[in-house]
Amino acid sequence: MGELKHVTLEGGASGTSGFATTKLDALLAWARKWSLFKYPFVTACCGMEFMALTSPRFDGSARFGAEAPRFSPRQSDLLWVVGTISQRQAPVLRRIYEQMMEPKWVLAFGTCASCGGFYDNYTTVPGIDKIIPCDVYVPGCPPRPEAVLDGLMLLQDKITKNATGDRRPGIVKPREDPVRDLIQLRKKSSREGEA
Amino acid sequence: MSVRVLEALKEKFGDAVVETHSQFGDDTAVVRADKWKEVCRFLRDDPAMSFDMSVDLCGVDYPDREPRFEVVLHLYSVAKRHRLRLKARIGDAEGEGAEIDTVADIWIGVNWFERETYDLMGISFKGHPDLRRILMYPEFEGHPLRKDYPANKTQPLVPYRTEEEAGVTLEKQAPFGLDEGMPFGRRAWGTDRGES
Repeated sequence: MGELKHVTLEGGASGTSGFATTKLDALLAWARKWSLFKYPFVTACCGMEFMALTSPRFDGSARFGAEAPRFSPRQSDLLWVVGTISQRQAPVLRRIYEQMMEPKWVLAFGTCASCGGFYDNYTTVPGIDKIIPCDVYVPGCPPRPEAVLDGLMLLQDKITKNATGDRRPGIVKPREDPVRDLIQLRKKSSREGEA
Repeated sequence: MSVRVLEALKEKFGDAVVETHSQFGDDTAVVRADKWKEVCRFLRDDPAMSFDMSVDLCGVDYPDREPRFEVVLHLYSVAKRHRLRLKARIGDAEGEGAEIDTVADIWIGVNWFERETYDLMGISFKGHPDLRRILMYPEFEGHPLRKDYPANKTQPLVPYRTEEEAGVTLEKQAPFGLDEGMPFGRRAWGTDRGES
């Protein structure tokens, strides 16, 4: 935050404005990542977990400045695709995305939006990245709210880093399974006991 | 218990009733497809039958049988409290000639069930007031619940993005591999029919 004091649009005595421009980008990215206006495109059961995420226990969007949903794509900059997208619905989703103003981001909520999930058939789009660019994938059926929070923070990192149309996606990694760690620990200790 | 319904059907229609059985207490009659409408009208209008409610209508595809499709109609009588399952067999091995009379003018609620059966199974109902697709989009080709429709064939309305458009390799984007996490394997329906 301290550096932001040096922001100037004048460009200084030398007349070059390179320094000021990069800092402006940083300022804009900082403003954008804490004021994401979301458009929830909720089509399936992941919507229940989306409600859990936004309810007070997890307070998943207000803490990140993404509290207010906008039900018009023209007023929003983060598209949450929550649930299964069918082939019949694909043109609608594509149109919603195209109506959004730049800069815009897309978050695939759950396995179905990420890759089609177990619906490998005639009617389901195998992942929304087949029709629109996608910035963050949150796997899970449905994902835990913590995983979605991870995804939201990945997106914030991406907004900070990017600024230049970098569309490389972020993927929320699966959490470590504590039971598996416990099993490995037991195996290790029993091996040490034998030796 | 509606065994008496089966007996009444056999008595009235004779040869048109191909087969009956009452497995697990579900009384079932298979009738000839050309008598379908006549049987249905009798079942609704006869005071001893009075099947005033149609519960469900669907189609079944048996790729190894001839005729290949079955139309299954479930009926219930609110007044008499008896149930009946009515079937008719239609269509040849290639799925041609899968046609049967509509019963949407007998039970009005059957209208959308017949549209669904037409949409997914390709059985057309003669005399239906509005036989259009109901679940799939009009541009869809074929009937997806037939066993010779490839299980994973899609017909996208919006063209899929290419890797150039995406700027990254699409295979690496999605966090899962093909079929990962699926409790069942892939089955190539229709390979034995030489169509997939």
